[in-house]
Amino acid sequence: MRMKFLALAAVALLAACESTPNDAANGANTGAQQTSVRPGSSEDFVVNVGDRVFFGFDRYDLSPEARATLDRQAKWLGTYGSVTVTVEGHSDERGTREYNLALGERRANSVKNYLVAQGVSPSRVNVVSYGKERPAVVGSNEAAWSQNRRGVTVVN
Amino acid sequence: MTTKKTRLLLKLAGTAGALLLSLGVAAPQEARAELRIDITRGVSEPLPIAVTSFAGAGGRDAQMGADISKVISDDLERSGLFKPLDPRGFLQTPDQLRTGEPRYQDWKALGAQALVAGNTTTGADGRMKVDFRLWDVAAGQYMQGLSYSASPQEWRRIAHIVADAIYKRLTGEDGYFDTRIVYVAESGPANARKKQLAIMDQDSANHQFLTDGQTLVLTPRFSPTTQEITYMSYFNKKPRVYLFNIDTGRQEVLGDFPGMTFAPRFSPDGNRVVMSMAQNGNTDIYTLDLRTRRQTQLTDAPGIDTGPSYSPDGQKIVFESDRGGSQQLYVMGADGSGVKRLTFGEGRYATPVWSPRGDLIAFTRQRGSSFAIGVIRPDGTGERILTEAFHVEGPTWAPNGRVLMYFKDLPSGDGRGRNAKLYSIDITGANERRVSTPLDASDPAWSPLIP
Repeated sequence: MRMKFLALAAVALLAACESTPNDAANGANTGAQQTSVRPGSSEDFVVNVGDRVFFGFDRYDLSPEARATLDRQAKWLGTYGSVTVTVEGHSDERGTREYNLALGERRANSVKNYLVAQGVSPSRVNVVSYGKERPAVVGSNEAAWSQNRRGVTVVN
Repeated sequence: MTTKKTRLLLKLAGTAGALLLSLGVAAPQEARAELRIDITRGVSEPLPIAVTSFAGAGGRDAQMGADISKVISDDLERSGLFKPLDPRGFLQTPDQLRTGEPRYQDWKALGAQALVAGNTTTGADGRMKVDFRLWDVAAGQYMQGLSYSASPQEWRRIAHIVADAIYKRLTGEDGYFDTRIVYVAESGPANARKKQLAIMDQDSANHQFLTDGQTLVLTPRFSPTTQEITYMSYFNKKPRVYLFNIDTGRQEVLGDFPGMTFAPRFSPDGNRVVMSMAQNGNTDIYTLDLRTRRQTQLTDAPGIDTGPSYSPDGQKIVFESDRGGSQQLYVMGADGSGVKRLTFGEGRYATPVWSPRGDLIAFTRQRGSSFAIGVIRPDGTGERILTEAFHVEGPTWAPNGRVLMYFKDLPSGDGRGRNAKLYSIDITGANERRVSTPLDASDPAWSPLIP
């Protein structure tokens, strides 16, 4: 079924909502958000948990900030135990295509390994690398690059 | 360099008979002080050449003859080694050249150093016959004549083959005009870029899309027979190396790997594809034997090993690895043995490609935010940068090892990203040319000479 979320970012709308509305009524939602965000949905994950972490140039280690985001993701995944995710690894445009594919795979695995260490079953976490092929922000400056060096956890 | 020239001439004599095309006019005696372009150094002055119309008896043949000479002339001009003269200044008609000797004084007065004449006729069987003759104007000497026959649809190929013969006769090296380019055509915004496989002749003619852009595709490379392409596809969101048969359109995934496979290239004998597989944050190099479907792991160092490319004899593989801390080039045996680091320069070295001649390895170098295309000898000496920009990447060799093609990103006018385009450059660093494509373009791969 389709649902509409008026105040959400476009990125959240990309994920199709296929489950029934009431299968996860007891969500981790702190109540700060509007009721239109269904707890346990990908929109809930994006808006209330945070779907992405960022990396330094040519790095794949997790910053304290990234770990805090992943702690929230792990907790959310603990609450919604039937949800599976795909972690997308991305790079900025500075680097050759093939190297960046491998670098994106490293980043996706950094995220996956952290989630698994927090108790998420590895079978629930798929990884894929897009290298520099799918920037989140268009631009050739550090502001854009820092947004593009990312690992994005996508609710399947 | 006389020994080298002698060797090259012998090589020419040895292969001339192997052309699929019938040899028409008998080869004359070699002239002593013959016309020759020395292309071992940068060419400062392209050779003025008069390419007259290959006009036939009339009607359709006349038009085709004019079209053929235009394709030949354009090929020679793009190489940067020749300067075709404006046909409007020509004093001797194609018909006069067909039946008589060149009036050398007339051609000399125009500044021509070489003269090409030809003829196009269609036989009773519907096949087209094209012959050409080449003269050294300054010496007043006939140099070469050949004759080809083919179906009329192949007229552009015949023109490229004639251009290759002229190039070879005057430079002593094999031509590269009868070749194709496979590449990735790009369109749409940078954050949702549509990428399609596309193929075209080396001169951008006969352009054709091979995929529809629904699936992200990257890094196509030709098989030695030019009939197949190996590339990477995100089909079903599972990034894997694929094989594409140009004749049948059939696509198949290569191998059964648990992780992402990418960076594929054929072995020179066409029996294997070498590629990278990434799994659990580690990327190693593997081969897949296309006959037995056996997968063999070649590297097992922790880190990113990618960009593998075979030496033309199939004995070695050059690749990039960050095992030493940053991306550098390494060479190993084709079985993965005897790994040796090749580059020690400042910056990162990536996308190595072994020249079909074996004498050089082309690469992309990155220093900070600046990219460059360069070449280095397989023993690690003689590193040279040919062109530098933000951003250039992914060199591919013309089959004669004299010309490289790559892609370059230029800022787009609307500030929404970049416009990737294809460029070619001589290995001397001269003659950088834009290669025309209908859309934006990246990841070019040059075919071998078409068999």
